[in-house]
Amino acid sequence: MTDAPKPLGGNGSGPKSAYFLSHADQEIERRTLAVLVDNEPGVLARVVGLFSGRGYNIDSLTVAEVDASQHRSRITIVTQGTAHILEQIEAQLLRIVPVAEVIDITNSKTGIERELALVKVAGTGEKRVEALRIAEIFRAHVIDTTNESFIFEVTGASEKLTQFVDLMRPLGLVEVSRTGVLSIKRGKEKG
Amino acid sequence: MTTKSKAKPAAETAAPRMMTGAQIVVEALREQGVSVMFGYPGGAVLPIYDALYGQDAIRHILVRHEQGAGHAAEGYARSTGKCGVALVTSGPGATNMVTPITDALMDSIPMVVITGQVPTHLIGTDAFQECDTTGITRSCAKHNYLVTDVTQLARIMHEAFYVATSGRPGPVVVDIPKDIQFATGPYVGKEGITKPTYMPQRIPKTDAIKAAADLMTKAWRPIFYTGGGVINSGPRASEKLRELQELTGFPVTSTLMGLGAFPASHPDWLGMLGMHGSYEANNAMHDCDLMICVGARFDDRVTGRIDAFSPKSKKIHIDIDASSINKIVRVDVPVVADCAEALDALITEIKALKRKMPDLTPWRDQIDTWRARRCFTYTNSAEMIKPQYAVERLYALTKDRKTYITTEVGQHQMWAAQFYHFEEPNRWMTSGGLGTMGYGLPAAVGVQAAHPDALVIDIAGEASIQMMMQELSTAVQHKLPVKVFILNNEWMGMVRQWQELLHGERYSHSYSESLPDFVMLAKALGGHGIRCNKPEELDAKILEMIDHPGPVLFDCRVERAENCLPMIPSGSAHNQMILGEITGNEVGEAGRKLV
Ligand SMILES: Cc1ncc(C[n+]2csc(CCOP(=O)(O)OP(=O)(O)O)c2C)c(N)n1
Ligand SMILES: [Mg+2]
Repeated sequence: MTDAPKPLGGNGSGPKSAYFLSHADQEIERRTLAVLVDNEPGVLARVVGLFSGRGYNIDSLTVAEVDASQHRSRITIVTQGTAHILEQIEAQLLRIVPVAEVIDITNSKTGIERELALVKVAGTGEKRVEALRIAEIFRAHVIDTTNESFIFEVTGASEKLTQFVDLMRPLGLVEVSRTGVLSIKRGKEKG
Repeated sequence: MTTKSKAKPAAETAAPRMMTGAQIVVEALREQGVSVMFGYPGGAVLPIYDALYGQDAIRHILVRHEQGAGHAAEGYARSTGKCGVALVTSGPGATNMVTPITDALMDSIPMVVITGQVPTHLIGTDAFQECDTTGITRSCAKHNYLVTDVTQLARIMHEAFYVATSGRPGPVVVDIPKDIQFATGPYVGKEGITKPTYMPQRIPKTDAIKAAADLMTKAWRPIFYTGGGVINSGPRASEKLRELQELTGFPVTSTLMGLGAFPASHPDWLGMLGMHGSYEANNAMHDCDLMICVGARFDDRVTGRIDAFSPKSKKIHIDIDASSINKIVRVDVPVVADCAEALDALITEIKALKRKMPDLTPWRDQIDTWRARRCFTYTNSAEMIKPQYAVERLYALTKDRKTYITTEVGQHQMWAAQFYHFEEPNRWMTSGGLGTMGYGLPAAVGVQAAHPDALVIDIAGEASIQMMMQELSTAVQHKLPVKVFILNNEWMGMVRQWQELLHGERYSHSYSESLPDFVMLAKALGGHGIRCNKPEELDAKILEMIDHPGPVLFDCRVERAENCLPMIPSGSAHNQMILGEITGNEVGEAGRKLV
């Protein structure tokens, strides 16, 4: 305790205010959040706007109504941040009036994540055969065929889909459409 | 899993009355107990204006600019604890409301804003005076609605009031297309309106209260750090704060927004904390061993340098908004609850503990040595009116009346906070979070509309007042005798001060050129103008202002170069206040980049 003011720290050696709040020293974690919302107009914009407005990351986003009678939609967001940021994300999401629940279903012992991709591959001859063979290994379904192309439907963890797409690249990959991550908790309990 | 609530069944409604959308709006306002609202008409709200015509349950105050309506609604709300209401048209009417909506969000002011919208079938066509009001206000309102079905209108109106006034209060926008205002639909009452996904936690958890009470009964250097949440919670929270302070004897400081929750005349009052707060409050915050934060949010204007913020203390944080807790500063005991409920529970718990509490004498003695620095001392002058002196005299001459103070933003705002003292909550209206120049006069109009017999004074700067000065005409029209006390230093003083401190005295565009003659301006607008240059005339002229029955613009010419001190420069710690004079070398490179 002293009642004399100390010299001011004016040498630029790291004064911080809230603006410079840095959690750079903390580890970045990846999270999958299920956000259950009232399916009212603008609710997705509110959730997405929160992320952009407060500078949070969105790696993947999916949304669909899951309970028509209750007008409930489920938004699955994959995000990244320090433990502190992730705690804020959850608290900020819960501030949004039509947000009912936020469930953390990060891929772990308790959560399952799946994604679906539609992959168009064009080619003939050996490449076409090779594409089919790889598709079989990935348990991808052929949902459209022409003499020169396939469309595969493949589901699984996101890394598996990425791997599949990478393998298709030299075999005539034309385009890819992915749903983004869906998630649900294991076992009989909800959320 | 984090769930906010369990769904509740809505109450049944018996044979609803049918009326037009516009009538539903007015009926809902009436049922919500709205007696005063602020607005400005236009094409997209004409049906609602028609429904207001000839009724006398609701007094409509016609402003001169929609921003004025918003700030007036804020002033009304903050001085009464009730919800403020503003009504504006689509397009420019709505965009002019963006500033007050954001202001109300930052300062947690309950407000319902009704905006007109182009008819439903024209939405999305860039129709005349169309704007995406719900899109524009999505991030600056607590919640908003675009009404597309007249059968939902009454429910939405009531829900808007519920959302605006409950939990952490804030602004809610209801955007109503013109065809919905004309359409006929059922009126439903406010009973039984709930929002199942929205259920603020008012009552604190018992274990949190127990943990807090345990810390409080063992602290040697405790401090209450209180904020606007105590005011927002209602008068009971201020009573409970006083009761808990009485019980514990802890010293109390407050943010700008919380002034008045604890009486400034109390011996344990430390004054405001933060950038322009008192030396004793900031040092006590820095050296305390227990901080009890009640309804405040560790704003950067309060904490200063965050990694040097109160390093030795345990922290208890009471807030109704869970996202405020651990946002800026890690705390030891989070208490998510309404302030009044939490304070009440703490009183009960501490009494039940019957613990012998540590002797606070050494802590008080320490605080007294800080107090002895008399950090607000200034050098008075016989020739020039010092701005601090002007506020001191204003306080001395008005404190025994029922006085409400609003402010603009700048040095004068800080001098008002330092030299005007409040004994009661709801008497002090200022734009804290957003720092909106132009807030004070329309806010004063709103306060005066709520308290016709009170003395309402806007302590203003000559630059700020020019942002909303047309609202003096509103005051004249509606016989609202507000007093605007301008500390005219011919500078955007706060900007000038920062330029002196941080930019080598290069005063870029901060001189108030071409100032209007405020006395003539007052006359032109139908008010009364007073000018004062001399300290010895000040008292008499302040009394003239008070005694004048109508609105007054008081041009108080003050010392131009005065700086607002003490000050914690951005990026410095609480115990690194500038007390005496600015030398220009206080702030380093990193600090310069801060706001
Ligand atoms: C709408 C708005 N624009 C800009 C600012 C930045 N600003 C803060 S204080 C200030 C100067 C205020 O000057 P004046 O009203 O004369 O008050 P003084 O500081 O001289 O007392 C300015 C420009 C602001 N707070 N609000
Ligand atoms: Mg000025």
